[in-house]
Amino acid sequence: MKYFKYLVLGALFGIILTKSEVISWFRIQEMFRFQSFHMYGVIGSAIVVGIISIQLIKRNHLKSINGEEIKLSDKKFNHGIWIGGTIFGLGWAMTGACPGPLFAQVGAGANVGAVLIMIVAALAGTWTYSALREKLPY
Amino acid sequence: MQQPWPWYVAGPLIGLTVPALLLIGNKALGISSSLRHVCAACVPAGIPFLTYNWRAEIWNLVFVLGVALGGFIGYQLMGHPDTIAISAETVRDLKAEMGLTDFSGLLPRELFSLDNMANWKGWVFLVLGGFLIGFGTRYAGGCTSGHAISGLSNLQWVSLVAVIAFFVGGLLMTWVIYPKLF
Repeated sequence: MKYFKYLVLGALFGIILTKSEVISWFRIQEMFRFQSFHMYGVIGSAIVVGIISIQLIKRNHLKSINGEEIKLSDKKFNHGIWIGGTIFGLGWAMTGACPGPLFAQVGAGANVGAVLIMIVAALAGTWTYSALREKLPY
Repeated sequence: MQQPWPWYVAGPLIGLTVPALLLIGNKALGISSSLRHVCAACVPAGIPFLTYNWRAEIWNLVFVLGVALGGFIGYQLMGHPDTIAISAETVRDLKAEMGLTDFSGLLPRELFSLDNMANWKGWVFLVLGGFLIGFGTRYAGGCTSGHAISGLSNLQWVSLVAVIAFFVGGLLMTWVIYPKLF
């Protein structure tokens, strides 16, 4: 039961992704062609609200419901950030999905067979990266 | 409820997921990590990067399960339009450049169907596309949720580099590689 809250929050997140249509391949094509403001509005306003929220948490030293100090770790730069980022971007434009939307698409029941193949391929990609990690430039 | 939610409703709600996860469990939003946890749980194969206590990250897998559940609720139970109202220019371009005719659903059937596994389109769009997502996100240390939403919300310049790279890759595919593929 300690995980139930994550199931609920995940479901809310999935509903938002679905109802805002960001899980649609068509919306991603529209975004990369700069033919609609929709995706930029979604991502941009999410970041603005996220920044304000985190500032409020930090400035008020808010604790989590377990009473823990909220810890936010700094991300460190390495060359994987832009090399891997570009590789992901290529896949994002092809599949029209990032990892979150892939899972939401399965639930939505849209082209389930094809989406499951993409998820298995994504797992294979992560596994291959893990195996090659020491040989990759960083 | 069948209508799509406008960006100014959906975006702020997505943004609120970041503090919500921090407040309910001190967890950072990031979906692509789930792919690593599944690999670590199922096929660790002695790989150091996949040898860690993935059980401590079960919350992440449960969250992702929730996202799939949310997809079902949001699409099947709350209703959806048959065809997503994308801009007329995008429809025109996708028809002209990729020869698409069917714009119904979330993904075009002409590219994303099991039948396509019999030709190059299935292998490129489904297998290669999915592979690049899994490989690239882990190499970059995050995806749209971990870097774009969570990372930028915490003002991480590294995440800004990642997001710019996501777009460089996406624009390269859309404007340079697609025209050569079709």
